[in-house]
Amino acid sequence: MTPQQIWTSYYTMMRREFVRIIRIWSQTLLPPVVTTSLYFVVFGTFIGSQLQPIDGFSYIQFIVPGLIMMGVITSAYSNTVSTFYFAKWIRNIDEILVSPTPDWVVIAGFVSGGVLRGLLVGILVLICSLFFTHLAIANVFVVLAALILTSVLFSFAGLINGIYAKGFDGISIVPTFVLTPLTYLGGIFYSIEQFPEFWQNVSLANPILYMVNAFRYGFLGISDVPLMTCFAVLIGFTVAFAVVSIYLFKKGTGIKN
Amino acid sequence: MQEEISIKDLRKVYKTGTAALKGVTLSIEKGDFFALLGPNGAGKTTLIGILAGLVVKTGGEVSVFGSSIDKDPVTTKSHIGLVPQEFNFNIFEKVIDIVVDQAGFYGIPRKEALARAENILKDLGLWEKRNEPSQQLSGGMKRRLMIARALIHHPRLLLLDEPTAGVDVEMRHGMWDFLRKMNQGGMTIVLTTHYLEEAEKLSRTVAMINKGEIVLNEPMAGLLARHGGKKLENIYLDLIKQDNEQPS
Repeated sequence: MTPQQIWTSYYTMMRREFVRIIRIWSQTLLPPVVTTSLYFVVFGTFIGSQLQPIDGFSYIQFIVPGLIMMGVITSAYSNTVSTFYFAKWIRNIDEILVSPTPDWVVIAGFVSGGVLRGLLVGILVLICSLFFTHLAIANVFVVLAALILTSVLFSFAGLINGIYAKGFDGISIVPTFVLTPLTYLGGIFYSIEQFPEFWQNVSLANPILYMVNAFRYGFLGISDVPLMTCFAVLIGFTVAFAVVSIYLFKKGTGIKN
Repeated sequence: MQEEISIKDLRKVYKTGTAALKGVTLSIEKGDFFALLGPNGAGKTTLIGILAGLVVKTGGEVSVFGSSIDKDPVTTKSHIGLVPQEFNFNIFEKVIDIVVDQAGFYGIPRKEALARAENILKDLGLWEKRNEPSQQLSGGMKRRLMIARALIHHPRLLLLDEPTAGVDVEMRHGMWDFLRKMNQGGMTIVLTTHYLEEAEKLSRTVAMINKGEIVLNEPMAGLLARHGGKKLENIYLDLIKQDNEQPS
């Protein structure tokens, strides 16, 4: 295929996904906005007003970056895993597989769909947060880099889950039993500096901690871990998941045979 | 006639251990209307899946228009149109979107795809339904939609896996006329079907596959003449029965 044809194929996948996300906005965009708004109300306003500031920021200001990131992570992951698995289940993934579209473009199409939904949710939750608190951006480049890399990473993760999933149970196990606990324990609601040393070290094994902290640094200029370490973890996981996705596609795991 | 598809010693063993194809060798000529017949589980869909790039073969060689499906899948895929056995489009999408998006996956710009879709949907009597979600189509219309989708990139080889299953008699005859017209226009067609009357009326060459092996491959006219004017259905039943009685 020529570069122009490859672009047309990629654009077709993206257009289809954008139309789908907008068409079913009450399933794709609204739930994370509602859930996060409840966090703002309950943890930010009601409980947060009783708590001491953290690093000079009110509790609601402290948790907003993490809550935005939670919406991005959940949306990017669930978009890719559900879209890919559904395409596998009804076999309309064959529409793309019989075409000359290269594997890497197919992967890019699915991942971009997850990134698109992650970013849309991130923007909506950010707008929502402004009704509850004032937010300044310390470093816009760090905010954008953390946002985009995290949504890419979790889109790849969702794709790998979708490739291996053999039933609808298979697409809900990882989000429920792995992603949700890691996200809640990823420093959204607290600073790990409040923990004893042992639990600080345990927390450092959670990759989501680095994403939340990179994003928080972009907004508030504070982080529990060095910014470079955060981005090294983000890039490392993204590259690893991308390599695994390409390998699985090349092998035809879960989609051919 | 020029050889269009060459299949040599094609083998497929699934992870479950099932040997779906046990060294199939076939050649299909350019412009042919080729019927591949066999009982359920004989290996027809696996063979078509390998040609279309949906199933990874275990062994053997396949070339389409002189290009290997392993070495040059982009070329071979761009020349093949597939109409699968099961409905496999998104039922929530509109008819026009299903066809136009399929063109996009072949690198055809949207403007050109829309023009092509109009022609094909009109030819297949689906133009009036273009803005309806595909779930609202009747069974026969869904089959025609899959044909429209497979033809949007103007393939030279059309693979039809039981394209008229569940279609009423009148619509089936309409689809036969359409397929004949495509074949007369130079398109090579490979058809699998359980309607043996369909194969008898449409195809020029017939192959029969049983338990993953080709048990017959010859021109339809010659086969019918050799059996003294017997119907294809009777020839088929005799042959499969005979093959099943042989020790494997």
